[in-house]
Amino acid sequence: MARIDVRKTYKLYIGGAFPRSESGHSYEVTDSLGKFVANAALASRKDVRDAVVAARKAFGGWSARTAYNRGQVLYRIAEVMEDRRPQFEEAVKQSEGGTAAAARAQVDAAVDRLVWYAGWADKLAQVVGNANPVAGPFFNHSAPEPTGLVGVLAPQSSSLLGLVSVVAPVVVTGNTAVVVSSYDRPLPAVTFAEVLATSDVPGGVINILTGDAAALGPWLAAHMDVNAIDLAGVAGSTELATSLEVAAADNLKRVRRAPAAEPDWSADPGIGAMTAFVETKTVWHPIGI
Amino acid sequence: MPTTAPSDPVQGLAAYSEVTASEASLRRFLHGLPGVDQVGAEARATGLGTRSIKTTSKAWALDLAIRMVDLTTLEGQDTPGKVRALASKALRPDPADPGCPSVAAVCVYGDMVGEVKAVVGDRVNVAAVATAFPSGRASMAIKLADTRDAVAAGADEIDMVIDRGAFLAGHYLQVFEEIVAVRDACARPDGSHAHLKVIFETGELQTYDNVRRASWLAMLAGSDFIKTSTGKVQPAATLPVTLVMLEAVRDFREATGVQIGVKPAGGIRTAKDAIKYLVMVNEIAGDDWLDPDWFRFGASTLLNDLLMQRTKMTTGRYSGPDYFTLD
Amino acid sequence: MAFEYAPAPESRSIVDIKASYGLFIDGDFVDGHGSSFKTINPATEETLAEIAEASDADVDLAVKAARRAFRGWSRMSGKERAKYLFRIARIIQERGRELAVLESIDNGKPIKESRDVDVPIVAAHFFYYAGWADKLEHAGLGANPQPLGVAGQVIPWNFPLLMLAWKIAPALACGNTVVLKPAETTPLTALLFAEICQQADLPPGVVNIVTGAGSTGQALVGHSDVDKVAFTGSTGVGKAIARAIAGTDKKATLELGGKAANIVFDDAPIDQAIEGIVGGIFFNQGHVCCAGSRLLVQESVADEVLSRLKRRMGTLRVGDPLDKNTDIGAINSREQLDRIRELAGIGEEEGAERWAPECDLPSSGFWFPPTIFTGVTQAHRIAREEVFGPVLSVLTFRTPAEAVEKANNTPYGLSAGVWTEKGSLILHMANELRAGVVWANTFNKFDPASPFGGYKESGYGREGGRQGLAAYLKAEEA
Repeated sequence: MARIDVRKTYKLYIGGAFPRSESGHSYEVTDSLGKFVANAALASRKDVRDAVVAARKAFGGWSARTAYNRGQVLYRIAEVMEDRRPQFEEAVKQSEGGTAAAARAQVDAAVDRLVWYAGWADKLAQVVGNANPVAGPFFNHSAPEPTGLVGVLAPQSSSLLGLVSVVAPVVVTGNTAVVVSSYDRPLPAVTFAEVLATSDVPGGVINILTGDAAALGPWLAAHMDVNAIDLAGVAGSTELATSLEVAAADNLKRVRRAPAAEPDWSADPGIGAMTAFVETKTVWHPIGI
Repeated sequence: MPTTAPSDPVQGLAAYSEVTASEASLRRFLHGLPGVDQVGAEARATGLGTRSIKTTSKAWALDLAIRMVDLTTLEGQDTPGKVRALASKALRPDPADPGCPSVAAVCVYGDMVGEVKAVVGDRVNVAAVATAFPSGRASMAIKLADTRDAVAAGADEIDMVIDRGAFLAGHYLQVFEEIVAVRDACARPDGSHAHLKVIFETGELQTYDNVRRASWLAMLAGSDFIKTSTGKVQPAATLPVTLVMLEAVRDFREATGVQIGVKPAGGIRTAKDAIKYLVMVNEIAGDDWLDPDWFRFGASTLLNDLLMQRTKMTTGRYSGPDYFTLD
Repeated sequence: MAFEYAPAPESRSIVDIKASYGLFIDGDFVDGHGSSFKTINPATEETLAEIAEASDADVDLAVKAARRAFRGWSRMSGKERAKYLFRIARIIQERGRELAVLESIDNGKPIKESRDVDVPIVAAHFFYYAGWADKLEHAGLGANPQPLGVAGQVIPWNFPLLMLAWKIAPALACGNTVVLKPAETTPLTALLFAEICQQADLPPGVVNIVTGAGSTGQALVGHSDVDKVAFTGSTGVGKAIARAIAGTDKKATLELGGKAANIVFDDAPIDQAIEGIVGGIFFNQGHVCCAGSRLLVQESVADEVLSRLKRRMGTLRVGDPLDKNTDIGAINSREQLDRIRELAGIGEEEGAERWAPECDLPSSGFWFPPTIFTGVTQAHRIAREEVFGPVLSVLTFRTPAEAVEKANNTPYGLSAGVWTEKGSLILHMANELRAGVVWANTFNKFDPASPFGGYKESGYGREGGRQGLAAYLKAEEA
């Protein structure tokens, strides 16, 4: 007689803990062929609220870490992911279908991307900051600082590489994130949350909600304590994206707009995803004796 | 520091007696004074320099500036003849205009006091530099003898130099005690005393923080005037240095009730510059200081430019140097 | 006898104000299709000129002209574009006195500021970005960055010509063409700038100036063929613009309101701090988005700072903007004066203590004396809302942490000031303050090489410096 599976019900990842959805709702996650895989928590607006509180609380400490330390923390995530490659490959393959080789390639790329971003931690300020030669006896210098708390609607198709590609640039620069995962393909995000919990990322720096971007996006976009939002997860949904952008204007969130279609996440990302969520601060001081 | 002046200056000063009780307490006090940001202070001085004043005020300001001049000659080549000529000019700066006021004082080396006195009598003050001017490098005994000699010769005012070496080495109490001793040496047998101006040589003190500290140190030691420079070191008087000193006398009066005069010396050559200084006196210290008793210009060539501008005001045309005496 | 300063008025004869002005479209002044409005001298309330109000159709013509010009301008080599900008910069210097006088007449700001601050920085801004035009590949934005297209630019009345320079210089250097709408109450220097474009033989359509009020601005921002929106003004309008361009490909730079904290520690260089407080709030009548409108002073020196501040305020001269001795000029409009009066009134009603030095205000024109409110808390409206006038709210704090908390306790984040002689404290505060510009032991300093712009509801994007180029360029498409 075949062994009966232990079916899992996955939870949310908020403030470093794994709570169930405040609403108690969950939804069935199926694989690419429609076969039941697991139950995932269906995040509600109150979970968005709680995640924002957790992310705000974490911001002061995280943004005050040295850039070197943030780089170390990101690199550590990559190390733990590397250890769990088979689990991620399985999750990606289950979620997206395709070949084992394709799943493996995506996991490789995701881990490599984290390593790439980890290395940026203590370099971005050198690349986008500078001394300003003003016409007077003043020291004047500009450097990037994190925008604050960033809402991230993760890509719907690319369940792991897409996710890492939108989350890593946000946190490596010192922001904290409230992430809404792919709705249909949440398992890699759930596994990613488990990695975060067992690596060195302080609780609240990255919060992951499984659920519907169309339902949660409006709450995140309108939240007055969220400073910026990445709309990658509503690519192609012009009307929804527009309404989210309108809501985001209420507190002038920095918006990374939704592309017309989900991009090829394997392409060279450039530094645009980091510079989208930093603020240039310029400091003046007189020079004298 | 308190922000309303004590009504009784004696009490006001007494409150600071502990400050000068020891090297440590004096140092603590001087280093506890608010810092001066160079860029900000210079920007403020420049800003004040753009004020312009109206015609009637300008005529008044030019006469006031003439009345504030300490007409100065401090050269190794000075002779009785040169000094007497200067003294005559001090009395009647513009021989063509009897309405032109006299200057405040003639400033000479101590050995020339008698020569000046013989010409000006009591109509113009005689100021003598003392204390091994300009370097101040001599024993205390020599400095005091230098001072007493000038006072005995009839000097109304003594312009002493501080020991910049001691100041820069941080020996503030030594500088303080020297000023106190020189002040004592200014005493006359009748109980009065020659007015004491204390020269900092701000060009050697270098920083505005030092200028502010030197100002407070000299005021606490009993100087009547604080003065920027000897004229022998560059830079001599500048607008921002004078600004810092004017802030010091303003704050000192608020703290103690005692009013102290300010004398920028050296480098002020034009009437336009002089008026910038007066604007600064007016805005920083206030119009109580717009008086020869409280503000002086240590200068020589400045006087002729003031006279030329004064003539321009009365005749309506520009004058030339040939019409003013060179002494 | 006491010292009396001028009147030392700058001569008005240097400027030639026409009775009426049209719109500047495609290199020529043309009649608008809309109605017209008057621009007045806020110091006297005299009408200066009749100004055309651009209709939607006029805006469309201007955008079309800019689109036509874009092809040639964007393909012109950077070194040639640079020469046009250098020409403009030089003409601005040559006509500097004329621009300064006209700015003071139309805006009400003291000639001392228009002459010594606004116009020199305007010229410097064009010189600065002229130099970038043929070096864009070195700006860190890709090997061959491309202009965005047509920029729709809407600017405020507080620094009419300076804001024009901040908008037009980088846009043109990067190869964009522009349609700019000056503020309704201060159109004259922008129209004189249009003449300067003609004088420089700038190709027609590269710069277009459409005058008008809010509806003209809306038409411009909302125009479907505008690729880039740049706006300086109120946070309310900034939000409306962000909504209006939602779902489009338009890029936006928004430079909005502020409620900056100017923080004075007990070891501050006190006399310079007083100057910084005064310059921070009374410069340009307080019509400054980055004004230091909240003074946070450490309790241990609060009495001393206040008494020195009041003494200094007593020497401020309010009056004729063209008088070289004037420190504080006219409030720009009756509407703004009413707003300042209303908020000051609310300050009193809410229990703050109001103080202003005695000063004689002219009988006609719009005037408000330099004013401070003490006993203000974070809960007072005058501590939270942008007054945009010569009104300072004074609050106290005890520790650096409290100063940071109060300074950051606002939806704005444009600028902040710190006064202390302790270097490590300066750097700590500079790190902690959530503001785009931090002035330490100085305030209200501007330079074309120095990026300017806000955090949070003070807007997004930067103007000035290398960072300012990013607002007008995109990476080359593969």
